[in-house]
Amino acid sequence: MLEQCTVAEALERLEKKEISALELTEAALRRVEAVDESVKAFVTVTKNEALAAAALVDAKRLSGEAMPLLAGIPMALKDNLCTKGVLTTCSSKILDNFKPPYDATAVELLRDAGAVLLGKTNLDEFAMGSSTENSAFFTTRNPWDLERVPGGSSGGSAAAVAADEVCFALGSDTGGSIRQPAAFCGVVGMKPTYGRVSRYGLIAFASSLDQIGPFTKDVRDCAIVMNAIARYDARDTTSVPMETPDYTAQLSGGVKGLRIGVPQEYFAAGIDQDVRNAVQQALAVLVALGAEAEEISLPHTDYGIAVYYLIAPAEASSNLARYDGVQYGYRAEADNLLEMYQKTRSRGFGSEVKRRIMLGTYALSSGYYDAYYLKASQVRTLIKQEFAEAFKKFDLILTPTAPSTAFPVGTVEDPLTMYLNDICTIPVNLAGLPALSMPCGFVNNLPVGLQLIGKPFAEATILRAAYAYEQHSGLIKQKPALSGKGVPQDEQI
Amino acid sequence: MSKYETVIGLEVHVELATATKIFCSCPTEFGKEPNTHVCPVCLGLPGSLPVLNKRVVEFAIKAGLALNCEIPRFAKFDRKNYFYPDLPKAYQISQYDLPLAVNGHLEFELNGETKRVGITRVHLEEDAGKLVHAQFADYSLADYNRTGVPLIEIVSEPELRSPEEAKAYLEKLKSIIQYTGISDVKMEEGSLRCDANVSIMPAGSKEFGTRSEIKNMNSFKAVQRGLAYEVERQREVLEAGGRVVQETRRWDEHKGITYALRSKEEAHDYRYFPDPDLVPIIVETAWVEEIRQSLPEMPDARRKRYLKQWGLSEYDATVITASKSMADFFEATLAEYHDAKAVANSLLGEVLKYLNAQGIEIQQTKLTPSHLAELLKLQDDGTISGKIAKTVFEEMFNSGKGPAEIVKEQGLVQISDQDAIAAIVAQVIADNPKSVADFKAGTEKALGFLVGQVMKISQGRANPEMVNQLLREKLQ
Repeated sequence: MLEQCTVAEALERLEKKEISALELTEAALRRVEAVDESVKAFVTVTKNEALAAAALVDAKRLSGEAMPLLAGIPMALKDNLCTKGVLTTCSSKILDNFKPPYDATAVELLRDAGAVLLGKTNLDEFAMGSSTENSAFFTTRNPWDLERVPGGSSGGSAAAVAADEVCFALGSDTGGSIRQPAAFCGVVGMKPTYGRVSRYGLIAFASSLDQIGPFTKDVRDCAIVMNAIARYDARDTTSVPMETPDYTAQLSGGVKGLRIGVPQEYFAAGIDQDVRNAVQQALAVLVALGAEAEEISLPHTDYGIAVYYLIAPAEASSNLARYDGVQYGYRAEADNLLEMYQKTRSRGFGSEVKRRIMLGTYALSSGYYDAYYLKASQVRTLIKQEFAEAFKKFDLILTPTAPSTAFPVGTVEDPLTMYLNDICTIPVNLAGLPALSMPCGFVNNLPVGLQLIGKPFAEATILRAAYAYEQHSGLIKQKPALSGKGVPQDEQI
Repeated sequence: MSKYETVIGLEVHVELATATKIFCSCPTEFGKEPNTHVCPVCLGLPGSLPVLNKRVVEFAIKAGLALNCEIPRFAKFDRKNYFYPDLPKAYQISQYDLPLAVNGHLEFELNGETKRVGITRVHLEEDAGKLVHAQFADYSLADYNRTGVPLIEIVSEPELRSPEEAKAYLEKLKSIIQYTGISDVKMEEGSLRCDANVSIMPAGSKEFGTRSEIKNMNSFKAVQRGLAYEVERQREVLEAGGRVVQETRRWDEHKGITYALRSKEEAHDYRYFPDPDLVPIIVETAWVEEIRQSLPEMPDARRKRYLKQWGLSEYDATVITASKSMADFFEATLAEYHDAKAVANSLLGEVLKYLNAQGIEIQQTKLTPSHLAELLKLQDDGTISGKIAKTVFEEMFNSGKGPAEIVKEQGLVQISDQDAIAAIVAQVIADNPKSVADFKAGTEKALGFLVGQVMKISQGRANPEMVNQLLREKLQ
């Protein structure tokens, strides 16, 4: 079945002219048509543009032109990445009818690489959430069990890849928004080092934490997509001017002698026993393959969530202030300016976004700044230093990605309980480190995620270890059932 | 002696004359069609990111150095958060606790005394857009061309003690900035803007009174008037047994009053925090030194040199060096002409009169230093009189022609021929018997009338000294 191809397989078949880009795109569109009614991964499907782009790739191949890296590969983009002339919603009402006049740098790089945009995927509004239930439009479903959430905030991108609707997708990760849905949906998801991929054109949630990264069906594909998007960009001053290595070149290097730190805090109470077991087994595989593992302690881990929920909302309160109804997006009718602001923002934002804007506004307020924002920034430095210290001794740190497998839609109502979903992923964003989540087993037919954390800009090391494990486990070949007992009705856009 | 002492501190915004904006490559040009110099970055569109213009930092450091500031090695940008339709991101990128320049000072002369005022800081920020409120319309229009134009804010210590001092400080500040070439510092066009913090306290007190912040003073005169009004208003409040409240007030130029805009309680909480989109600036010492070397001779140094080198009066030297273009003109003229005092007189006389009348700077006229030197030489060798020189000046300003050419074209050469003048004198004596009689009877002023008649007939070209002399000779 064509839609099940990985990026690498599809490229090979395209290269051999066994298939055309148009055929591949048509297969993907047929798949979207067949399954997305139940998966609900897409907010916008760009069918005509996709067919045109695929035909163009075929024409270029016919004329004998040199083909770029991802020529003809169908992809999906999280709907907080700006796409020129294509609706970009952040799954929010407030960006009503917003069509950016430009492509995000990562999007531009993928288009230049010949990838074919199939559509934009659902997310928790402005990437704030861990289940996509905070989307203003609908909740995306987990392909492994349609009654369960796909995780979030990049739930749409994770589900689209897991359901074989596209070969790969991009997401963004501020506190785990790529890795946790990758874990829940049984795909590979990577958050690169902060500064490795340009943020230009990524609609900001928390600027000092946000990073774009790929969702793929296997580790090799992750390396291929990283080759396309990891690039210094003069338009983002936080992007780092350094050469991009060929991430596929070192994949098969093996893990012999690789030193892996296993922090006890990530296997403590609050992490499901089944999840712990699956991750421990994965560790055992890596050790069997020649890695050296040692238990370590990262005591500041406990402060991760508290620090994150001061810094991220603080930045968000400022980043989201521009949605004021003046220049673009939704504007409420009102009699005067103040009322227009109030009504626009009250109605345009969902409740979780408003909660975080209020949290952040409070944390930055005169008289509270030192106690909250400043203190959190200081603890963030400690967390960063703690990782740096650990990485003097280890090449990788191995943890679960999420404390549980995917939970049923509508069952986590308390925001604080929801926030705990990111307990294993948040410290990585605070420290700006690269990390990857990949499937390491199943519990009740739901995938469990393994997280590999690396030194700054050591994505290649992570990918090498992940590839070694993947080759040995064979887990990646399992496909979701795309079933579940009845799908509740959601509001349609 | 007043019962109260005035305390004033100024916050001055200067628009930097860089070619492009502070965080994007849109042009900074003024007066273009609305919303034509904009891009996703200065429009603050979702996903866009700022990239700092290095030239802007260079200009700000230049201003800091010209104001005798220290340039810290580490600076950063912060976000100042508030909602307004002319601010597309709903925050202004500014500098809060780590500005580019700190601890400077500025000296100015007032009533023959030199006063030194501390400069607290010079920081960088982006300008906002402009709202156009259409008359009788229920909407406003936003023009974002100015959004992202680089500004520096120069904050003084509260060390000014009168509205006159504030005006003198501001004039000196303008002069210094103009010398550095980083801005055209035109208050009328908004490239120089001034807000003031004002309070009064009992004379001799150590504790400042409650201050008000005055906005919208859009000319040097307005600054002095607005502050004088506010000082008087506060005095009246105190003398009536009231208390001055901390608030922001607006100067109404037309009515000549200040009125309350918002109270302290209504003041914004800007929620400053470091902008995570911009990496901190590390200012290399070598770069600062390079910028320091690039600074021209500043007005104070130049004034002192003029006193010494050319023996100008304190007044002449101060006025000429206040404007860099004027001083440059002065020196260029002296390269072709020897008498500094005569050049100064021309510049501060005819030239300044013309500039003030037109409201322009000397470089905007068609007058050149060579032409001025030539004109002075024509006077020296008696080709034209001082009176004719004024006519020639006017023509030089208007047409840009050289003085010799003008004199030739219009036949303005002075008549110094004894016989030619004597002929006119004879005619005037013959034609005006009454005045002649009056003079002879002892009415001295009748001579003035007769001189005037001679000048009239000669179309102003007769050498006035010779006319006088000849008339007296004939009438005695």
